[in-house]
Amino acid sequence: MSKLIKGGVFAADAYAQSGDDAALPDGPVLVSLARFEKERDALLARNTPVGVLLQSDQSPEKLGEDVTRLSLIALDFPKFRDGRAFSWARMLRTRLGFKGEIRAVGDFLYDQINYQHRVGFDAWVVPDSFRLEDFSRALGEMTNVYQPSADGKKTIRELRAGLKH
Amino acid sequence: MYRYDEFDAQFVAERVAQFRGQVARRLSGELTEDQFKPLRLMNGLYLQLHAYMLRVAVPYGTLSSKQMRMLAHIARKYDKGYGHFTTRQNIQYNWPKLVDVPDLLDDLASVEMHAIQTSGNCVRNVTADHFAGAAKDEIEDPRPLAEIIRQWSSLHPEFVFLARKFKIAVGGDKTDRAALQWHDMAVEIVRNAQGSIGYKVIAGGGMGRIPYIAHVMKEFVEREDILAYLEAVLRVYNQDSRRDNIHKQRIKILINTIGPEEFRRRAQREFDEIKENGSLQLPPEELARITAYFAPPEFEKLPDEMPKGDEAFANWVKTNVHAHRAPGYAIATITLKSIGAVPGDASADQMDALADLMDRYGLGEIRVSHEQNLVLPHVRQKDLPAIHARLGALDLATPNAGLITDIIACPGLDYCDLANARSIPIAQDIARKFADLDRQHEIGELKIKISGCINACGHHHAGHIGILGVDKKGVEFYQLQLGGSGAEDASIGDILGPAFGEHEIADAVERVVDVYLQERAPGERFLDTYRRVGLAMFKTAAYEKPIFEKTVA
Repeated sequence: MSKLIKGGVFAADAYAQSGDDAALPDGPVLVSLARFEKERDALLARNTPVGVLLQSDQSPEKLGEDVTRLSLIALDFPKFRDGRAFSWARMLRTRLGFKGEIRAVGDFLYDQINYQHRVGFDAWVVPDSFRLEDFSRALGEMTNVYQPSADGKKTIRELRAGLKH
Repeated sequence: MYRYDEFDAQFVAERVAQFRGQVARRLSGELTEDQFKPLRLMNGLYLQLHAYMLRVAVPYGTLSSKQMRMLAHIARKYDKGYGHFTTRQNIQYNWPKLVDVPDLLDDLASVEMHAIQTSGNCVRNVTADHFAGAAKDEIEDPRPLAEIIRQWSSLHPEFVFLARKFKIAVGGDKTDRAALQWHDMAVEIVRNAQGSIGYKVIAGGGMGRIPYIAHVMKEFVEREDILAYLEAVLRVYNQDSRRDNIHKQRIKILINTIGPEEFRRRAQREFDEIKENGSLQLPPEELARITAYFAPPEFEKLPDEMPKGDEAFANWVKTNVHAHRAPGYAIATITLKSIGAVPGDASADQMDALADLMDRYGLGEIRVSHEQNLVLPHVRQKDLPAIHARLGALDLATPNAGLITDIIACPGLDYCDLANARSIPIAQDIARKFADLDRQHEIGELKIKISGCINACGHHHAGHIGILGVDKKGVEFYQLQLGGSGAEDASIGDILGPAFGEHEIADAVERVVDVYLQERAPGERFLDTYRRVGLAMFKTAAYEKPIFEKTVA
């Protein structure tokens, strides 16, 4: 079993994940890109939050303008070595201006959580054995960063410049 | 030289602490080897045939005497008394114990060094011309930009789980000593028609089983845009590269599959967006601040006057001493290639002695070259005889820089988990065959590069003579390639034909060299003659004697 971390705490998952052929349950749903493309109009007309699960080879640009009408985009890590979702999350936050939840699902490691957080992820599906203190520790292991990313964190270059003023 | 400020120091210290935690989780069994692997690789730790191997970054190949002494200390304390300098300007230790590695990294951090991103599928240690800041015709010292790239690429959250490794090099001279065109991405400092300095970016070069020379991505990138452009190229690569076949995941494959034109279009789109966003723009003050660390030393006013010496000294000067930008100074190459030695190896005692030599004669600085040699970048010409004598006592005065015995070789099957064949004994055989110094000088510039497997860590594709070890039914064989180059005239060597046995390859090399000696026009190097007369004549000579060694049935 797994659980969801959101806003830095364990949270109930409001979304029901739906298979491509199953009948849609009431309330917020998480569907595949294929299902979203097929049933787009019906899904958006339901007037309840819709999330789309993207595989690692599916660019969020495939969602086009619809991105702003989604409240959740889940990005899959089929194996932890596949780092494409780091770029997808960053693209969602910067190019596409996506303000909703970006959720990490699949096979990722504790040691990737900080990078995920930096590029724009704000929710994580973790194993039941995962401890919340490990989550905060993962985010705190490296105090400063050298490069700008979607988290808007001040870079070491900016901190250096600030010291001089 | 660059010096860490409080931010750099904290960054490296926290990284070591983090790795200490990862090692503890591995030792306790919380992490499986499969989960630990990408984490240890990002800290330069490989699991080899016999033991762990740690690869320490020497950013752009520059070391101080203090750092050199620490490398000697580490060789003694955690290894068997030596280290191995690599073609990526790094140093490798072949025998550290896993439990010791965090302490070793703390020792490194105490002299502002680390092993971050020396392996794994991330941006690797940034390399640069080993004559940087000293070469006579250099446009600009490439190291400030290399340092800026090092910082930007360190734990870049988007690019630490790339499809494959990613190697970046920087050069600042028309003469390419950094093999720029063989890199995943490289920056050449250039001057445009208006006389302003900027950066030419190339990408998609690479060795391995499918070698490619890099394509030009952008002829001229303005200084303040450089990180934005490099990030754009990496982003396209991270998003669009294949992930389904480990042999087809380097950027060279992507660029040559979709075509350089299409790749440039995609990179330009990302670049425009990153530039507009503005957060990666490189302010002139930051470039100036970093550049100040690499300000040239205050050279004394000296006349250009090369001292006379005995024949041994004259031979060494002829091959190992190069012109310096300051009058009265010289660049001295120390080849780690004495005849019969392991290319790139240095003992702890040699490292300590070199540190003393650096302090006494070399303004406290040394460089590691991608040809697995060391370079004293700033020495006074009048000190050369004393330096030569001291190097001779250390068995480090072999006068063979750029000659046939200055061989690049990967560690090969003697150490490496991936190798198919041994490289080191072949390098030793060839070096012994051509040990006669007059003969070496007669042959002139000839770069032999040996890899023990198709991964090409020994750069065989770029060798004037390249040798590739292959395994046929458990027996080691060696393929010969001719006509490669890692310089500004980069080219991929041509495969000659069937592979030779381990006791035949050195003889075959000799027959090939004899063809050159017969056919060469005045002033021609081996490579020039090969390019003029073509493969056929060399091939005939190489296979003059039938291949005798056979695989066991």
